[in-house]
Amino acid sequence: MLSQTPQTLYDKLWQRHLVSAGSDGQDLIYIDRHIVHEVTSAQAFEGLRHANRRPWRSDSVLATPDHQVPTDNRSAGISGIIDPIARIQVTTLDDNCREFGITQFDINDKRQGIVHVVSPEQGATLPGMTLVCGDSHTSTHGAFATLAQGIGTSEVEHVLATQCLRQRKSKRMRIWVEGELATGVTAKDLILHIIAQVGSAGATGFAVEYAGPAIRALSMEGRMTLCNMSIEMGARCGMVAFDDTTADYLQGRPFAPTGELWQQAIDDWYSLQSDSDAVFDEEYRLDARSVAPQISWGTKPDQVIAINDVVPLAEHGNSAVQRQEWQRALAYMGLQGGESINNLSIDQVFIGSCTNGRIEDIRDVARMVEGHQVAPSVQRAMVVPGSGLVKAQAEAEGLDKIIRAAGFEWRDPGCSMCNAMNPDRLPSQARCASTSNRNFEGRQGDGGRTHLVSPAMAAAAAIAGFFVDIRDWPRLC
Amino acid sequence: MPLTQLTSIVTPLDRANVDTDVIMPKQYLKSISRFGYGDWAFEPWRYASAGDIDTPKAERTPLAECVFNQPRFANSEILLSRENFGCGSSREHAVWGIRDMGYRVIIAPSFGDIFYNNCLNNGLLPIRLCTEHVEQLFLRSQGNTVLSVSVDVSSCQLSVEGMPAMTFELAPSQQQRLLIGQDSIAQTLDEADAIRAFETQHKQRFPWCFGLGAQ
Ligand code: SF4
Repeated sequence: MLSQTPQTLYDKLWQRHLVSAGSDGQDLIYIDRHIVHEVTSAQAFEGLRHANRRPWRSDSVLATPDHQVPTDNRSAGISGIIDPIARIQVTTLDDNCREFGITQFDINDKRQGIVHVVSPEQGATLPGMTLVCGDSHTSTHGAFATLAQGIGTSEVEHVLATQCLRQRKSKRMRIWVEGELATGVTAKDLILHIIAQVGSAGATGFAVEYAGPAIRALSMEGRMTLCNMSIEMGARCGMVAFDDTTADYLQGRPFAPTGELWQQAIDDWYSLQSDSDAVFDEEYRLDARSVAPQISWGTKPDQVIAINDVVPLAEHGNSAVQRQEWQRALAYMGLQGGESINNLSIDQVFIGSCTNGRIEDIRDVARMVEGHQVAPSVQRAMVVPGSGLVKAQAEAEGLDKIIRAAGFEWRDPGCSMCNAMNPDRLPSQARCASTSNRNFEGRQGDGGRTHLVSPAMAAAAAIAGFFVDIRDWPRLC
Repeated sequence: MPLTQLTSIVTPLDRANVDTDVIMPKQYLKSISRFGYGDWAFEPWRYASAGDIDTPKAERTPLAECVFNQPRFANSEILLSRENFGCGSSREHAVWGIRDMGYRVIIAPSFGDIFYNNCLNNGLLPIRLCTEHVEQLFLRSQGNTVLSVSVDVSSCQLSVEGMPAMTFELAPSQQQRLLIGQDSIAQTLDEADAIRAFETQHKQRFPWCFGLGAQ
């Protein structure tokens, strides 16, 4: 009989996968799904070979290259990767998948894309699973009531070899969001707002559950955006309980169960909720109605303000360390502090990434830009679908035509300028409205200045040439 | 390589929230090796301009003001920094870089979760020390003074002349791995029978979690 103590969703997921409890708190948990990309896996496969080990269960692994792949000239396949060293990394993934019998959507496959977009859209991410990937934004998959965590390369090797991860159970945090988001305010604004409140390390050591009416009202795409950025406040995983929205999204996906097994699965999945009297170690409450469109001003994901606020002054930091950080961030971003961010002009726009590269995001962008033109002062504006299937879907809906007609580049799927490992990079000091998740120094290109925003805000900024309050934008809904 | 005891001068890196993008910039993530990252770590702070994986060392211009370029810290094996060290991306290349620079220990008030585990998986000891003690260590490594610190893994103690001995936390299984330099996979595979038994009943309960569906 299971314990009678009320449990959180995280507790339930943990208990389901507990192979053995370590006497020192380092438990061994079983991993159901392992997603692999080119950048963090080569050394892990090499380690296996070196120790003469085989993957414990190759059929738990799904691979696709995403970071290094170019977002144009994709008909050239592998030879379209200009950098020879990057090309070796991608072919190494091909070789490893072949050698170890792993399913891969390679660079030529129409299903290729960003790992965190591809796995959910294939139904390879399922509720109740434990899921890992050598990538910190693996938290994305928590949107499906999945225990999903980013791991390092040694752990990738460990999971390949043992199907398990050894770790200490996290503390539990719940973020409860009442009310409804205002028109034009999205899941991206909500999570940026939450990170600003909790702080970039405020959830370190915690597993976060997002709950409440505002979360229930979000689409799966919105929930993924939310969970995706959990790591930006230090949480290794973020999650949302299962409900009809989850079920509707999953039904009919290629790797989702069908027929009788689907029924059986659904019956089980409805239990993936925190018990009503479950206790969390920490709890935040907020009202969605109070969330304005958000924008980051600095170089940490918690350096965020509402679009109608002013950039803070360094001297208003609450400690010597913070004042120094703010000073550095302002200098890097080419800001003084005290100025209004609304009306700040931009040089580039990047719409895409595992945070906001899904079909819903692209629909938002198309709706915003239809009949408008990218401002002449904007040097470059690009839309990068998160996967080949997102791209195909957008094209089937004619969104690419609208987006191109407005003067945006319509690219091929991949991580692209989110972290600039492929040729899509920001020049030094270029100011960019970006729908990605990290505004770290140099993240999008050396010296590049990233402002994190929602897709709608990025689209409006592209048209205006400067940041605008989306709530004043005429084409809103 | 086992880590039992160590006495070394400390490199003070006086920054909070040092992210792994800065510790190991993206262009070095192209490497498919586990070694050779030492010259690349902290590149934006160490050199006048960004290089690439094939930039010869002779073509790099070190920035004199960067602690990592100051000769007095040349043989340091202990890195001291502020809160939330190693936040952000899961890239283990960041740990490989710090290790390849010659560090065995990192002291900070807190670490990014993934980074913390990555350290231990590479024989690097991340020590969480309270903010006040970290502050004292920084104060004592200011100006031209160099601070020497001793770390003892078996007693989980850190000692500095003129300060009471400080104890740090480390899970016994992780401590054991550091002390003998054990491979964590071998450790887990000792439980292979338990994993197999678990897997069998897990598959009965949740068959849809197995394989990649009926595709
Ligand atoms: S889109 Fe960006 S954050 Fe997401 S996996 Fe790719 S590089 Fe990482």
